[in-house]
Amino acid sequence: MRYLPHTSEDITSMLEEVGVDGLDGLFSTIPEDCRHRDDLNLPEPLTEWELNDRMGALSDSMAVSPEYKMFIGAGSYQHYIPASVSSLLGRSEFVTSYTPYQPEISQGTLQAIYEYQTLTTRLLGMEVANASIYDGASALAEALLMALRITKKRKVAISSLIHPLYRRVVQTYCEPSGYEIAELPYLDDGRTDLSKLAGMNDLGAVAVQSPNFFGCIENLKEISEMVHEKSALLVASFTEPLAYGLFKNPGSQGADIACGEGQSLGIPQSFGGPVLGMFASKMKYVRSMPGRLVGKTTDMDGKRGFVLTLSTREQHIRREKATSNICTNNSLCALAAAMYMASMGGTGMRELAMLNYDKSEYLKSELKKAGFKINFESPTFNEFVVEFPAGFKNTYERLLEKKIVAGLPLAPYYPELSSHYLLCVTETRTRQDIDALVREVKS
Amino acid sequence: MKESLGTTGLILNEPLLWEKGKKGRRGFSLPRRDVEFSPLNEDLAGEGPDFPDLSEVDVVRHYTRLSTWNFGVDTGMYPLGSCTMKYNPKTNERQAGLQGFAGAHPLLPAGLSQGTLKLMFELEQYLSEITGMDAVTLQPAAGAHGEFAGMLVICAYHKSKGERRSKIIVPDTAHGTNPASATLCGYQSVPVKSNEQGILSPEAVADVMDEDTAGIMVTNPNTLGLFEENIKKIAEIVHAKGGLVYCDGANMNAVMGIVHMGEIGIDVLHLNLHKTFSTPHGGGGPGSGPVCVKKHLEPFLPVPRVVEENGKYSLSEDFPESVGKLHAFYGNFGVMIKAYSYILSMGPGGLKKASQLAVLNANYIKEKLKGVFHLPYDRPCMHECVFSDEFQKADKVTTLDMVKRLMDYGYHPPTIYFPLVVHGSIMIEPTETESKEDIDLFIEALKAIADEAKKNPELLHDAPSRCKVRRLDETTAARKPCLAG
Repeated sequence: MRYLPHTSEDITSMLEEVGVDGLDGLFSTIPEDCRHRDDLNLPEPLTEWELNDRMGALSDSMAVSPEYKMFIGAGSYQHYIPASVSSLLGRSEFVTSYTPYQPEISQGTLQAIYEYQTLTTRLLGMEVANASIYDGASALAEALLMALRITKKRKVAISSLIHPLYRRVVQTYCEPSGYEIAELPYLDDGRTDLSKLAGMNDLGAVAVQSPNFFGCIENLKEISEMVHEKSALLVASFTEPLAYGLFKNPGSQGADIACGEGQSLGIPQSFGGPVLGMFASKMKYVRSMPGRLVGKTTDMDGKRGFVLTLSTREQHIRREKATSNICTNNSLCALAAAMYMASMGGTGMRELAMLNYDKSEYLKSELKKAGFKINFESPTFNEFVVEFPAGFKNTYERLLEKKIVAGLPLAPYYPELSSHYLLCVTETRTRQDIDALVREVKS
Repeated sequence: MKESLGTTGLILNEPLLWEKGKKGRRGFSLPRRDVEFSPLNEDLAGEGPDFPDLSEVDVVRHYTRLSTWNFGVDTGMYPLGSCTMKYNPKTNERQAGLQGFAGAHPLLPAGLSQGTLKLMFELEQYLSEITGMDAVTLQPAAGAHGEFAGMLVICAYHKSKGERRSKIIVPDTAHGTNPASATLCGYQSVPVKSNEQGILSPEAVADVMDEDTAGIMVTNPNTLGLFEENIKKIAEIVHAKGGLVYCDGANMNAVMGIVHMGEIGIDVLHLNLHKTFSTPHGGGGPGSGPVCVKKHLEPFLPVPRVVEENGKYSLSEDFPESVGKLHAFYGNFGVMIKAYSYILSMGPGGLKKASQLAVLNANYIKEKLKGVFHLPYDRPCMHECVFSDEFQKADKVTTLDMVKRLMDYGYHPPTIYFPLVVHGSIMIEPTETESKEDIDLFIEALKAIADEAKKNPELLHDAPSRCKVRRLDETTAARKPCLAG
């Protein structure tokens, strides 16, 4: 086996040093009745060439761009990733290192995370960001648990326009502790209906997403005022951070915690993971924040350096008292995002966001011209809901055969929107692609 | 000894990102604009983020320089106990980068994503076979996430019996995140001490196990690198009172093809794909923490689950007793590809051989160093061995000093001050991918350091001396946190 360097002579001489006969002798402390009786029933080893064939065949059976024209977002977005980002991210000093427990030989990872934290705070308009967690959904669940820890309340209200799959993750996280979750309905304009808030008491947090699941921009400023009046915290969730290249960010509108999915920032879609849970808050809440943090400090000679810090919040010290079990982050994904944000710069982020906005507005207007209904009229960012006539399912299937994925049917998530589809256009779709889609849905 | 691997080579300085660049630069090529500008709602429009503007070469040099300040497995030996830092085959990266995988949208219709679904289905089967458990979920995104999933399953099991139990037993030799995972599920953890042999005794468990206890979380092999020999007896005690046995399988690297977890009374087990099945750790994630269960717990696994019918794969939500969802989509698919690729490269014999050699390497180090450093538990170990700084105390040299000095010799330090049951501990996990020659060099370096501790302790107090920075002020970092620039 090519990854195992031992020759039979090495094994013999090492066994002698250890003082056991044969490799089986090393496992003398494992009782007989704890063992596998037979060899593992797994495929025989493949050579590298055979493996390439097998994996190539699996990969080729997938419907992906550029052959397929995707108009589907809903929490996973196709964006161009500069070759420089992929190439830098592949450097084995980043890829094959571990959690930077020994700062003197991990300054690369540590400075990169510190920079990621900084770029994240600037993007979201927040004061402090952690080194990332698993994904947008677990970030939201952790944010709500954090808000409940801070406010010592037992109830949260969640907009029904938060990604439906995120809401289910929140339910899973809250279920065993018995926290109560109230849902806020949505209005005809595609934004969250907050009127139910008035009658709610003892709320620890209110969570909204902007751009929301329908792609609509919420009025976070207004929401934050209402939420703070109730002495609750505003948790602002997101699935498409590129929107903040163009729209006001959550921090500037009064969010206490901002969290969401950072996949858009230079991370491949990878069938949904690994992706990037971005997590930021106001500084006064930092000691309640889950996850890893990197801080700036100096060494014995006064030189600038970076270390993991505030770890007493975590399980290392008071393990029985720890309130969050987050131990790893998605460090390599955070690094990709930092490289991507650095490559874009402030100017690039704005231009790219504008292009995404304009392309989706173009599709929206072409669909309107073709007579389709756009019911939710609030401004949107790169995705929006369109109502197709009954029976569109057949057209959708026909388009799949033509290698066009005409959005995500909303029926499984919002049964009342049975003939509505969520369409997404990023910079990767050309005007030609968009025109082809409109032509096909019309016919 | 031979010349050490550590060097005094070129270390280039590099500022913070926002200390370089100039407004108007861009390190990225914007796609051609083929549509008109659209009007924007002015109330909602913002300014855009305050990022530095950099050219591509600025960005490339920045991260290339940063990378040279890092130590990784490809740089050298990384004997980090409990973390399993073994060599990560390059072919795994190639497979994960295939366009069909990397470019796959998670909400595609099943008919258009047969490749990824088949891979997940088969990986679940392989992991069932390796552990001897009956069913697997791949959804948890990291080891601790897997622990949480396992706890949720235990919670749901008791609920299905109409019970709400309040406690979980957690031995002192279990992983650090275990108690927090239990807390997240509303359980109170009940600590239990290991015996003088470093393992758990059935009596200690019997003393604390009662009808209000949901189960026990055992790490096996434990964090002392020892196999919990009494596991079957312990499982009987826990089961007799209606509890379940959770096994933290993060150390599965030691026992692949050897221990049958399904037959020793384990009900729930999580794996760390990124450790045992060779995904590079990426500076701290992403990982993947699948959970394997026995048949009676299968209904509670997270949804969706991959199902197969007549050679067609799909995702099913039809598990009414499921604990729900833990990840927006299906977990860290990219990591699953690497584990799958690794298992297929190794085959059944290769996996078993990997465990045997991991254990051989650890025992070899233990034998060669046991006179040099204090060995608190002198028993055959699994894939890692634990020493302490007891012998060096007289010279006022600590574990920390010794491992910092190890950097000057060209190695990443082992895990230190863990497990908590050994004062001043050093936990060494060489893994199976280190050759005898490399291990001999490492042993010589540690011997040389023990020698320096006696003759010239200042060298150790001042270490490391050849890195980008010297020892860092962690106290100030925590007291006056500066977390963003």
